[in-house]
Amino acid sequence: MSNVWTIAWKDFRTYFTSPIAYIVIAGFMVIMGWMFFFNLSHFNLQNLQYQQYNMGKGVSITDGIIRPLYGNMNVIFLFLVPFITMRLFAEEKKVQTISLLLTSPVSLTEIILGKFLSAFMLTTIMLGITVVYPIILFSTGNPDFGPILSSYVGTLLLTSCYISIGILFSSVTENQIVAGALTFAAGLFFWLVSWATQSAGPVWSDLLMYLSLISHYNNFSQGILNTSDIFYYLSFITVGLFITHRVLDSYRWR
Amino acid sequence: MIQVSHLTKMYGHRTAIEDLNFEIQKGEVVGFLGPNGAGKTTTMKILTGFMPATSGKATLSGFDVFEKPIEVKRRVGYLPETPPVYHEMSVQDYLEYAARLHQVAKKSVKKAVNDALEKTALGDVRSRLIGNLSKGYKQRVGLAQALVHNPEILVLDEPTIGLDPKQIIEIRQLVKGLAGEHTVILSSHILPEVTATCQRIIVINKGRIVAEDTLERLTTRLKKGLIYSMVVKNPSREGIDAIKGISGVSGVSAAGPKLVVELSPGGSDVRDRVVETAVHKGMGVLEFSAERVSLEEVFLQLTTEENHTETRRMS
Repeated sequence: MSNVWTIAWKDFRTYFTSPIAYIVIAGFMVIMGWMFFFNLSHFNLQNLQYQQYNMGKGVSITDGIIRPLYGNMNVIFLFLVPFITMRLFAEEKKVQTISLLLTSPVSLTEIILGKFLSAFMLTTIMLGITVVYPIILFSTGNPDFGPILSSYVGTLLLTSCYISIGILFSSVTENQIVAGALTFAAGLFFWLVSWATQSAGPVWSDLLMYLSLISHYNNFSQGILNTSDIFYYLSFITVGLFITHRVLDSYRWR
Repeated sequence: MIQVSHLTKMYGHRTAIEDLNFEIQKGEVVGFLGPNGAGKTTTMKILTGFMPATSGKATLSGFDVFEKPIEVKRRVGYLPETPPVYHEMSVQDYLEYAARLHQVAKKSVKKAVNDALEKTALGDVRSRLIGNLSKGYKQRVGLAQALVHNPEILVLDEPTIGLDPKQIIEIRQLVKGLAGEHTVILSSHILPEVTATCQRIIVINKGRIVAEDTLERLTTRLKKGLIYSMVVKNPSREGIDAIKGISGVSGVSAAGPKLVVELSPGGSDVRDRVVETAVHKGMGVLEFSAERVSLEEVFLQLTTEENHTETRRMS
């Protein structure tokens, strides 16, 4: 376990010795800040109109702000995670530093988990920064705590799936750009695969719905922690890392 | 310390190394010599557990590389052809990382790093980014990385490639200093390098071992018969023919005042008669000495004359 931590800490620090972490975090904060502001002002306008024309109870904070905010955050992570994961193995293969890892007394599993953890720590920090929005909401209004918490759990799991895909594609190539592009394409595919359900047959549509990363997020955004969704995400992560293990093992054989 | 038997590695249908057998004792410095593409790097990658062999067995410090790779890796320091250094890290951070990866106990990491820095004379640049260092320094950082966990076995793949002459000498001194305490295998395609640092040489060509011996024995064994050179004052046709006529002399060739006399192997020692005859014929002997076969010649003989390979391996 200490090996995992050694690798994770080294790679985590590397994010901050290169500009990657700063660019990704700054970009994330700007976009999130803008979206929060936009959601909030839109929500205020809407509720004002409801009150003016006496149309009954307005939109709740959960539906008006929390759900769209965290839903959009997942899209932003889809764009940003490839930049975080693309160098993890591709760079090591290109400059051949991977031979240090492969000839050190650490197992492949430990190496992969270390890499995963380093990217996970960075995305967790990014998520941590967004806690400021619920704090603002709590200080001025009375939002539901449940959906906020479950949104965080869901987003953490969903971004971990992106990381898993990212690490896999980083291990198949020496080229960071290729790794990043493939990660984005694959992430988008698993995200949008549910679109096909409308035109697919009954069995297929269920299957595609189940495969879709985003369909499992819906429950989280409504404050529901469903074990089957959590299981799906954890399996997704495990499969991605497992294939990475096979890829790296075969890299050694060649 | 290191036992290798019937080691074979195939890349698809191409054979990189074939049926390698050798043994290295504790504290030895052994040179792996061969032209580019002979299979040196492949062998080293297998020994360090970077990649598995197609067949055969390799045992380091009593552990099988394929069955107990972690145990072997803990005891081996490896400097690959391209030093595996992270350009965005400082020398100190990098070595601490390498030490941790090799499971140096947490409280002895600092000391291990300091020792490695001292051995490789990197103390002055410890806080600089590796990416800003020159090639020679990067190579030394790579070497420090291989040394940092004080391994029993050191595997160095072309440790002096791309360095300037002063740095080469420093690295050689360093490697020499490691002998005894560590078992060292170093590969090279440069002969003086091996001559300068190694006690024993394994010559490898096209994936096979073509010779394995100590430096002196290798050079003497490969002399075909005994060759002497003689410098004379007045070389004459008559004198040369007379020397040729001595039984036990298999050939004489002359280039100006320098005669090269070849004695047939296994015959009686007729050096005195050669000189006597030369003096007698009025050639005036100025010099008579044994011709040393340089390692270059040995190397070329071994790696170019394929038909001799088999007989030599049997002998």
